[in-house]
Amino acid sequence: MNQPSLDRRKALAGLGGLAAAGAVGFGAAGCAAPASATAGKTGLRYWHLFGGGDGVNMAALVDAFRKEHPDIDTEATQLQWGTPYYTKLAMAGAGGRAPDVAVLHLARLAGFGPGRLLDPFDLDRLADAGITPDRFPSDVWQRGAVDGKQYAIPLDTHPMVLYYNTEVCKKAGLLDGSGKLRSITGAAEFTDALRAAKKATGAPALTAETLGPDCITPWRLFATFYSQTGGTVLTEDGKGLALDDAKALKVLDYMATLTSEGLMVRRTDYPGAIGVFNGGKTAFHLNGEWEVSTFTNSKLPFSMTRVPALFGRPTAQADCHSFVLPHRKDRTGSASDEAAHTFVAWMLKHSVDWARGGHVPAYLPTLSDPDYLALQPQSAYRDVIDDVALDQPAWFAGSASPMWIELGAVFSGVLTGSRTPGGALREAKNRLRKLLDTRNPLGNGGAT
Amino acid sequence: MTATTTVAAPAAPDEAAAPRAVGVRRRWTEHGLLFIAPFLLVYALFLIWPLASGVGMSLSSDNISGAGGEFIGFDNYAEALRDPNVWSSMWNTVWFTILSTVPLVLTGMVLALLAHHLRVVQWLWRLSWFAPFLLPSGVVGLLFLWVIFPSDFGFADQLLASFGLHPGIGWLTDERYAMLSIVLATVWWTVGFNFLLYLAALQSIPQHLYEAAELDGAGARQRLLRITLPMLRRTTGVVVVLQVLASLKIFDQVYIMTGGGPDASTRPILQYVYQAGFTGYRIGYASAVSYIFFALIVIVSLVQLRLSRRNGEESK
Repeated sequence: MNQPSLDRRKALAGLGGLAAAGAVGFGAAGCAAPASATAGKTGLRYWHLFGGGDGVNMAALVDAFRKEHPDIDTEATQLQWGTPYYTKLAMAGAGGRAPDVAVLHLARLAGFGPGRLLDPFDLDRLADAGITPDRFPSDVWQRGAVDGKQYAIPLDTHPMVLYYNTEVCKKAGLLDGSGKLRSITGAAEFTDALRAAKKATGAPALTAETLGPDCITPWRLFATFYSQTGGTVLTEDGKGLALDDAKALKVLDYMATLTSEGLMVRRTDYPGAIGVFNGGKTAFHLNGEWEVSTFTNSKLPFSMTRVPALFGRPTAQADCHSFVLPHRKDRTGSASDEAAHTFVAWMLKHSVDWARGGHVPAYLPTLSDPDYLALQPQSAYRDVIDDVALDQPAWFAGSASPMWIELGAVFSGVLTGSRTPGGALREAKNRLRKLLDTRNPLGNGGAT
Repeated sequence: MTATTTVAAPAAPDEAAAPRAVGVRRRWTEHGLLFIAPFLLVYALFLIWPLASGVGMSLSSDNISGAGGEFIGFDNYAEALRDPNVWSSMWNTVWFTILSTVPLVLTGMVLALLAHHLRVVQWLWRLSWFAPFLLPSGVVGLLFLWVIFPSDFGFADQLLASFGLHPGIGWLTDERYAMLSIVLATVWWTVGFNFLLYLAALQSIPQHLYEAAELDGAGARQRLLRITLPMLRRTTGVVVVLQVLASLKIFDQVYIMTGGGPDASTRPILQYVYQAGFTGYRIGYASAVSYIFFALIVIVSLVQLRLSRRNGEESK
């Protein structure tokens, strides 16, 4: 009997130790940010959701910022992309103990309780650092404002783009003299190009994610093509349904033909679609520009360009990473708030390094920076920034939002053949109506 | 409930002592209270209080930011009952329970019978059938997601290919197969627990029954049908109850393997609660949905308790 009691005591001691270590760790990790800052330094806590290549780029930028600002004790935390990130950010803001600065997808701003979960930027302070509204595309800048106050400062735009395999396209005769993809206008021309590429390799010419858990690309494809027809999904204010049946059906019919004719891989999830394009036999891949590092690293002979204008205007579905100031009870006039403004201004001015990950910088001076222009193929599609189609401002819209996930699943059925275009349109409208009928759970912001 | 049984159990070493044990239990002493106080505290803090505050939340428009939680009566419940997503995910949960319980109980029993009768390297059978149960759900989910079920290059497809078939089945990505694939993975993963319960039951059947039957000229088949299976009836009752409750609570393996997809075809009700609460930020609504599910579980448990009691009386 002695032995077990000894063990128990040991175990208890161990547990006590663990608890103590846990408490210390907890303090260091979050609750006591100002205290953890070394004497004489201003603590700055920054939350973001960048993984993969973006995560590496962001870490390098934060390191560079630290070196240039030894008086600011910067602590960057990378959280998991998507729902987990937004859940955590909302809860932190609600408790008034949020980080000093954070990243938010611009199209999610409407649903993120500006005024309650987010604090506005001090534009004078940013202007002192050279960040003024005229240095951003006005549409994108405007999306960051609610009730005349600027809640989000855009860092970049990440639109859907067209990746193409230069070798396959050359074989199919789709390149011009300088080795770039010849311009494609209209759905018929794009179909012809796909047919030519398929003939050249015997493999489907196009790949994109068509199914899988939280599958979003089918929505992105739809949103891109549908925006080209000039239609919008919701009304300008994001409060009503504006889906135009005829235009939407035209787009959905086209999406259905792509797979039914065997021009596009019918059933593949996100990693699968990338794997197929990486295989080297597929001419085209439709996806966000952020996969550029994947294909660069795999040494695939590829380039990328804007999504061709298949249905009229050359627009592409997009969202923007932006900086926000999550609500803090002690924000006003604090040193860390000043540091947050410094941080945001510095990041924007150094967004050339950020652009390596494929994103188009929102800070316009960067677009003419020689260092940026030298980035290939990243700078090849920079003019898309004038033609980006963001979701209308609704609480359920934006990256990883309920709308994207619900409609992604519906339009996935069109590509895989389990839904007819007409059936998918009806279902999409049903789901949108349900979202529109649901009260914004985070409130409309502003007032409170 | 749990408290009283655990306290009373050691005090009842045999049937004769049982009534006395009841007497002891009824006498309320400070000492007893002191002993169960830590448990009661945890129980109240982590079960009773959250249960009660959950009811409060389900009657409010509470959201994840904690603000604006006004009392809205039964609006959330009314909305949930009209919400097709609630019904479809409820059905997915029930369908999964039906699909998984039958093979889990039967396979558990058959494996136990085999292990009980195979006298050679018995430890190996026991180990190999129980071992998967020791794996955490994350490991099982990823194993099936990345090794067994990927289309074309996964183990399942390769196995079929070695028989000359070229299936290319979207095990987890095709609406027709996704739920069945999850059932398959779950059966493999959790059957060990039922197996163990059955094995214990088999080992507790007195040997002399078989000897007597053998003397009376009963063959192996008769011994199985007339002795073994009837003696396993109570265990089967327990196994079915536990299995149905476990299956109704399905969440992790679906979340990892299909994320509820394709197009919500495998999304169980618990995941919908999670989505309504954390993706949709609607804590009040999510609470209402979870209480509707809670009601379902209580009903199922009561029905089963009733059935198993009747069973118990019959077997006496």
